[in-house]
Amino acid sequence: MEIFFQNIFNALQWGSFYALIALGYTLVYGVLLLINFAHGDIFMVGAYIAFFVATFLLGSYGVIDPGTFTGPVIVALAIPATMILTSLVGVALERIAYRPLREKGAHRLYVVITALMCGLLLENGNLALLGASRKRFPDLLEKTVFSLGGISVTNLKILVIAAAIGVFLLLHFIVTRTKIGMAMRAISYDKFAIPLMGIPINNVIVFTFILGSGFAGLAGFLFVMSYPVLDPYMGAIIGWKAFIAAVVGGIGDIRGAFLGGFLLAFVEIGVVAVFPSTLRDLLAFSVLLLILWWKPTGMFGMPQTTKI
Amino acid sequence: MKKWGMVIGAVAMLGSAAWAADSLKIGFNLPMTGDIPKVGESSRNAAEMLKADINGKGGLEVGGKKYLLDFIYEDNESKAESAVNVALKMIERDEVLAIVGPNSSKQAVPAGGTCDDNHTPMISPWSTNPDCTLDRPWVFRAAFLDPFQGPVAVNFAAKTFKAKKSAVIFDISNDYSKGLAEIFRNEWEKKMGEGTVVAFESHGTKDQDFSAQLTKIIAAKPDFIFLPDNYNQVALIVRQAHDLGWKGPFMGSDTWGTAELMDLCGDGCKGQYFSTHYAAAGATGATKEFIDRFTAKFGYVPDDVAALTWDATHIVLKAIQDVGAVHPKLKEERKAIRDAMAAIPEFNGITGNMKFNDQGDPIKCAVVVRINEEGKFVFTEQVCPTE
Repeated sequence: MEIFFQNIFNALQWGSFYALIALGYTLVYGVLLLINFAHGDIFMVGAYIAFFVATFLLGSYGVIDPGTFTGPVIVALAIPATMILTSLVGVALERIAYRPLREKGAHRLYVVITALMCGLLLENGNLALLGASRKRFPDLLEKTVFSLGGISVTNLKILVIAAAIGVFLLLHFIVTRTKIGMAMRAISYDKFAIPLMGIPINNVIVFTFILGSGFAGLAGFLFVMSYPVLDPYMGAIIGWKAFIAAVVGGIGDIRGAFLGGFLLAFVEIGVVAVFPSTLRDLLAFSVLLLILWWKPTGMFGMPQTTKI
Repeated sequence: MKKWGMVIGAVAMLGSAAWAADSLKIGFNLPMTGDIPKVGESSRNAAEMLKADINGKGGLEVGGKKYLLDFIYEDNESKAESAVNVALKMIERDEVLAIVGPNSSKQAVPAGGTCDDNHTPMISPWSTNPDCTLDRPWVFRAAFLDPFQGPVAVNFAAKTFKAKKSAVIFDISNDYSKGLAEIFRNEWEKKMGEGTVVAFESHGTKDQDFSAQLTKIIAAKPDFIFLPDNYNQVALIVRQAHDLGWKGPFMGSDTWGTAELMDLCGDGCKGQYFSTHYAAAGATGATKEFIDRFTAKFGYVPDDVAALTWDATHIVLKAIQDVGAVHPKLKEERKAIRDAMAAIPEFNGITGNMKFNDQGDPIKCAVVVRINEEGKFVFTEQVCPTE
């Protein structure tokens, strides 16, 4: 029984990362019908930005005296800074790589391939710039391990899970209850009629990228706090898996991405808990395949209607 | 860049008929990027230091004539398929006399096959998986083998931790990790009885979350966890185990012994033990001289892979010298080097004395080190094979 509850917490933490990344995929897809394959690598860039912001605030570069800020203050300052800087990367990618293609009226397929290439560019650019050596993220928060009847939970785990739920609620609110959210839904409904209504389509798209990349930055920050080893390829696998989670949940739907992320984590951890760990990906993806077989558009997906 | 590569390639091809110039080409098949970049960097540093030593004296003397050393470093990205490509490129295009590396068994086992098929001598400094040299007359190594390392870990852990039950977590897609984990399990169960390895869990190379495996392991209540994994995964696994409430010890293997382990792992690894090839702290003689010079030159204490690369390269150079003259034909020269390497009866390296058996494997001692409170690897025990 203890193992069962422990694994629920494990899956909640791991699922939070899938969910945070999957939300970014789903937002962009919902608005542009573009699978932004660079998103996993934006997450990686977010993790590196988090690393540099945190070490900067810790005083590693001589601008700030070491010890000026305590750990929790650094976390409080670094999270918004990381989110802003990462969203700039996302927006830059949109401006440099996706918008020109869109304006030339390129088919969506070419934009998807461009996204794949952008992901590889980010990975290898990082490799060229910072070298292959891994970096260790500093410990910012005093770690407390809470033990409740054989279940161990760290304060960080709770923070991660709370952040994922908070982000989901916030995004859900933005998309369904605000004007800009309405504009996002409108674009996904009809990209050609919307500009005629006086909605600045490019601004809305930039806003979408800001949201998606900003939360990828947050995910990167929380990820390296939990798994403090950074390397240039860290975003690739988790990015793909989060994408699959978004598809299973019904890509384009925020609830789908959120639940899909947790579903994948629960299946993965559940498989390891019951079967030999070697079978994890085999069984986990078989389950997801079955879900898609039963509902090809994902749990929340609807065939070709409004997305997001 | 590419143009020059082609020009050089063309020149090399033209020159292949009479390649015997004034330099001796040796290839280094190293992981400069990918999972274990520090391993490649350390190997390269050790080789550069050796090259500077010898070229500084005018070159390596073979049969009364001095030849400059030409070391070619190629990145195998810590991938098996890239290691094979690098080996092929070195054999065919660069026309090296011999290849040092790959280091990790994951790359050394497949690349060893390539070198053996193409009749080019290869020596892996760091690979401990038996398959690397097994039935491959052209492949050698400078490290001890896992069938030796496994029992070292078993006996040490049983004695030091007074352990009866153990658990293992390993990387299923890494020849080294998987091989050593299986050897460990067999040895432990032979010693302690059936079912005393209470958990035997695996993960993939790119995995970052191990919480489910560790939950299973911790619930099985072992006395310690055996962790034959690459240092980057060690850092994550040790931390996650502590987060899940694990307070017992870990026993590691020689992959722990890289200079980057403590940077990544931090306090979590302090107080843990692992088996390895040599201990830098407290070394004497030639080993100490190597450590001091390396530390002065590169700014960090050389890890075992640096020391083993130093020894492995020396073995190749000794074989070249033993041949007595440089053959004008590449094929014959390679054959002569292989025969000379196989004929070396005993080599006194900085990682200890080695005797080679008929598989090209050295018979040498292992050490167990403890990671102390300052993060230094401190010698605890030496274990030598009994013959």
